[in-house]
Parts: sequence; structure tokens; C-alpha cells
Amino acid sequence: MFDVNAIRAQFPILSRTVHNNSLVYLDNGATTHKPLNVIEKEREFYLQNNANVHRGTHFLSANATAQYEAVREILADFLQVQSRELVWTKGATESLNLIAHGLTPLLQPNDIILISELEHHANIVPWQQLALRTGAVIKAIKVNRKGCIHYERAVAQIQNLKPKIVSICHASNGLGNILPIESLIREAKAIGAITVIDGAQSFAQIRPNLRELDCDFYVASAHKAFGPTGVGLLFGKYELLNEMPPYQCGGEMIDKVTISHSSFNQAPSKFEAGTPNIAGVIAFGEAIKFISSIPFEEWTAHKKDVFNTLISEMQTIEQVELYGDLNDNIGTVSFTVKNQHPIDVATLLDHHGIAVRTGHHCNQPLMDALAISGTIRASIAIYNTVEEIDHFIFALRDVISLLEE
Amino acid sequence: MMNIEEIYKSIASQQGWQAKYRQIMLLGKQLPNFPEPLKTEEARVSGCESKVWLHLAWDESTGCLVVIGDSDTRIVKGLLAIILAFYNGKRSDEIHTSDVITVFKELDLIQHLSPSRGNGIHAIQKAIVHFSQDS
Ligand SMILES: Cc1ncc(COP(=O)(O)O)c(C=O)c1O
Repeated sequence: MFDVNAIRAQFPILSRTVHNNSLVYLDNGATTHKPLNVIEKEREFYLQNNANVHRGTHFLSANATAQYEAVREILADFLQVQSRELVWTKGATESLNLIAHGLTPLLQPNDIILISELEHHANIVPWQQLALRTGAVIKAIKVNRKGCIHYERAVAQIQNLKPKIVSICHASNGLGNILPIESLIREAKAIGAITVIDGAQSFAQIRPNLRELDCDFYVASAHKAFGPTGVGLLFGKYELLNEMPPYQCGGEMIDKVTISHSSFNQAPSKFEAGTPNIAGVIAFGEAIKFISSIPFEEWTAHKKDVFNTLISEMQTIEQVELYGDLNDNIGTVSFTVKNQHPIDVATLLDHHGIAVRTGHHCNQPLMDALAISGTIRASIAIYNTVEEIDHFIFALRDVISLLEE
Repeated sequence: MMNIEEIYKSIASQQGWQAKYRQIMLLGKQLPNFPEPLKTEEARVSGCESKVWLHLAWDESTGCLVVIGDSDTRIVKGLLAIILAFYNGKRSDEIHTSDVITVFKELDLIQHLSPSRGNGIHAIQKAIVHFSQDS
């Protein structure tokens, strides 16, 4: 049976206070908290197991390498892919930069890279740089005034523009919308495009089966999935991945080096130059175990409970305007309060112990499309409760009345 | 307009954070009107997530600073009122030997000083200090 209090007990930070109030953490879209098993694992690594990986024949190094590589297997299992198709990076941002760099040789002038207006800057700017290098052109799937994409129009854009690359998020960080990526990937593949999925917001929430999704690339960040900061992942279908030129060069990634020439290892090693975040990767393995320890149906049901309470309560506040798709959603709500600046609302909510995010959420093109300068974003995770939502709504009403005085 | 001592007292005497912010926002409302045409890109203080505009000049007869400002948020505008009251009427040398940041610390408004904060009190203070150095 799903017991949210048993889960909360694994996150000591949730019982701290902020400005003398119990913390209500609703900024999970930015980063989630870490359960004890993750924290303990990282600590244990430095206390007991610290050594560099893939080097040395001594016991500790062999042990560290085994643990580090074991997490690649755990992740491969989680995503239903081969472990050699997984590259460790420092985050979704680095993964996207690596892909955009690696696809450079495949692009010609006027080739089209199709993204969407919902994308995080990390899934926009690397493509712009790729376009600058190659003469390719960036186009975006449009959103309507609530921030939702129109499926038929998106498909038409794919069919008419015939992009070389389609890179879209699985779920929007700014609004929480889940995109119909299964069918968009199918459409994109039908015209021969390379498909890239930004899974930063979906990895833990949706647990995608990449074999079924059949995308060419998928990226995510460990820290948004109960793992440590400084660890990210990149999945690439092996042939495509292995064909890409290296992104960074140095130790670990080479096969043979002379002063004038080097040959590189095969993927994934080819893309893992230098000493990686060993402790972070090993601890991330525990985060995946934490996610997997909760049956997906229970996970989704609890989040839906909390999210539906949040939405129906918000809809009773007259001054609040909600954005995004409120049905297909990972548990994030973006809103504005009539006549009030998001920063004022969030500053006062903070004094109630409530952590939300304000601003453009690294989604400036989206904010432009919605014709607003920013929103307040509340994003829930598996450890949030209906009581916390009640507290949030009480605080929000209080803040609005203070601001309206 | 209240002077900085009066402003200080008016905030320090409030009980509880709600009352404190109510007073801060009231100070913002009492700021003299900032003419719309002055809200130019050059007048924007960069490094603030909220919009903040400053217009700075020296009073020729006294050599003292005359600064007005505005913000699109209520709280930052109130905090701006504290900064403006602090620096207005000070000579260049006085601006360099005093620091409004200590006032924020004493009023327990330090959270607004964090570099990550959208309301960038530091950015506003620096803009004023730079103006007084450059002119
Ligand atoms: C959808 C999306 N893509 C990419 C990123 C970038 O992730 P990171 O900063 O961990 O590299 C984020 C983080 O906010 C995100 O939400």
C-alpha cells in the first residue's frame, strides 16, 4: 500500500522549517530532494570506496569501476535500452550540447531543425549554435494561448518542413504539459528525421520505455530524479551515437595516443573524457532504485490526487489564471495572479514556508508566445501531500489579500 | 516623504512579517511618480528579475545626489524606497563611505540580498555607487 508518510520519512529535509513555518517544497521542477539511500550511498563511496574508475588494477579502483558500471546497467534496465547506448554527462544541458555538437557533420545549409515553443533554453540554444555552424534553420512547433501544442498542426509541420532533426521535450518544465511524443516520433521517423527527446522533466515522472518510444536520443538530469547534481544521462541508438565525433577530448576516452594522432574508444567511453562524477553516478543508482521501489500505478495515482486537488482549489481563486495542459500533466502548474507581479506573490509565499519558482523558467520563447513576462510555478513530486496543497492554497489566498490591500 | 531614519523606524516597529511587508509596500506606493518617458532601456538596472528604473542627477547648487526610481513589483518598489531615501541628498564622498546594505541587514531583510534573488538590491545599490564614481 502506498504510504506517503513512509516516503516522506526518507527525505529528512522535508521536515525542516523555513521562516518558522513547515517547509512546503513545490519547486520540484527545478530539482527534487534526495532520499536517504542516495545521500548514504554518496557518503559511503567517499568513506569506504573512493578510487578512480577505469584505471589501476588495485582493489578499490576495480570496485569503484564495477559499481559505476553497474549503475549503467541499472539505468539501461530502467529505460529498456542497452548499457553501451548510455553516456554519463553532467546534466541534460551537457547531453543536449553533446548531441548538437555530434550531429554537426550530418547537416547541410537550409536543413531544418524542428523544436517547439515549449522548449527549455537548453533545448534551444545548442541547436542555434549548430545552425550557425552549418547554415541550418530552426523552426518551432507553436503553442496556443494556454501553452498547448496543436497535435494535427505539429504533424503537418513535420510533414511539410521535413526537418533533419526533431528535438522536443517529453514534458514541459514551464507548464508541465506531457507532449504526445509517441506519435510525434513516429511522424518524424516517417520522414527520416533524427529524433531527440528532452526527458529532464519526464524521466522520473513517466519512466519512459525507450525501446517502445524508438527515439534516437533521450537526455535527462539525475538531480531532477532524486539523484545528485552534476550527473546527467544521454541515450543514443548505438550506431548513430558511435558515429558522432567526440565532444570533449582527454583521458579515459582514447584508444591510442601519439603526439600527432589519437584514436578514440567506442561509445560510450568515447564521450566520457576525464574523471567522471563517480560518487554521483553511484548514488544515482540508488535514486533509480528509489523510483522503481514505488509501483508506477501507485506513483501516478498519488500524484494525480495531489495535482487534482491543487488544480481544483486554484480554480476557486478568482484572481488566478492557469496555463498549460491540465489533463496530460506531470504535476506542474504555472499561473499568474491578476494585477500582481509573480515575484511579489512568491516572495510572500516564501514567508509561509512555501517554495515555488517565478520568472520565465528558462522558457523565454514560451513566455513570449503567451505574451507574459513570467509565471509562478508550483511543481509537485511524489512526496508532496494533499495537506501541503491545502496549506499552499491557504497561503496563496492570504498573500493575494495582503497584496490587494 | 519620510527620511531614512523615519523609514527605518516605520519598518522596525512592525510586528510580524506581514506587517513589515505591508509597510514596505506602503513606502513603495508613496514614492514620487516616476515619469513614463524615463523608463528607457538605459535607465533599467540590469541584474534584477523585476524591472527597476533609476534616474540619477546631481543637484548643481548643493552637489548632492537626486535619484528617483520605480519598479514593476510592489515589494521591490518598497525596498527601492529605502535605498532612495538612504542615498538621496548625499554627496559623492558620503555615498562612498556609507552602505545601505547594513540597513537591510539591520531590518532583517537579508534574504533580499542573496545574489540569486530576482529583486537584486545589490544591483540597485551598485548602480547608484557607480553613478557617483563616474560623475
Ligand atoms: C525540460 C528541461 N530541459 C533541460 C533542462 C536542463 O537541465 P540541467 O540544468 O539539469 O542540465 C531542464 C532543467 O530545468 C529542463 O527542465
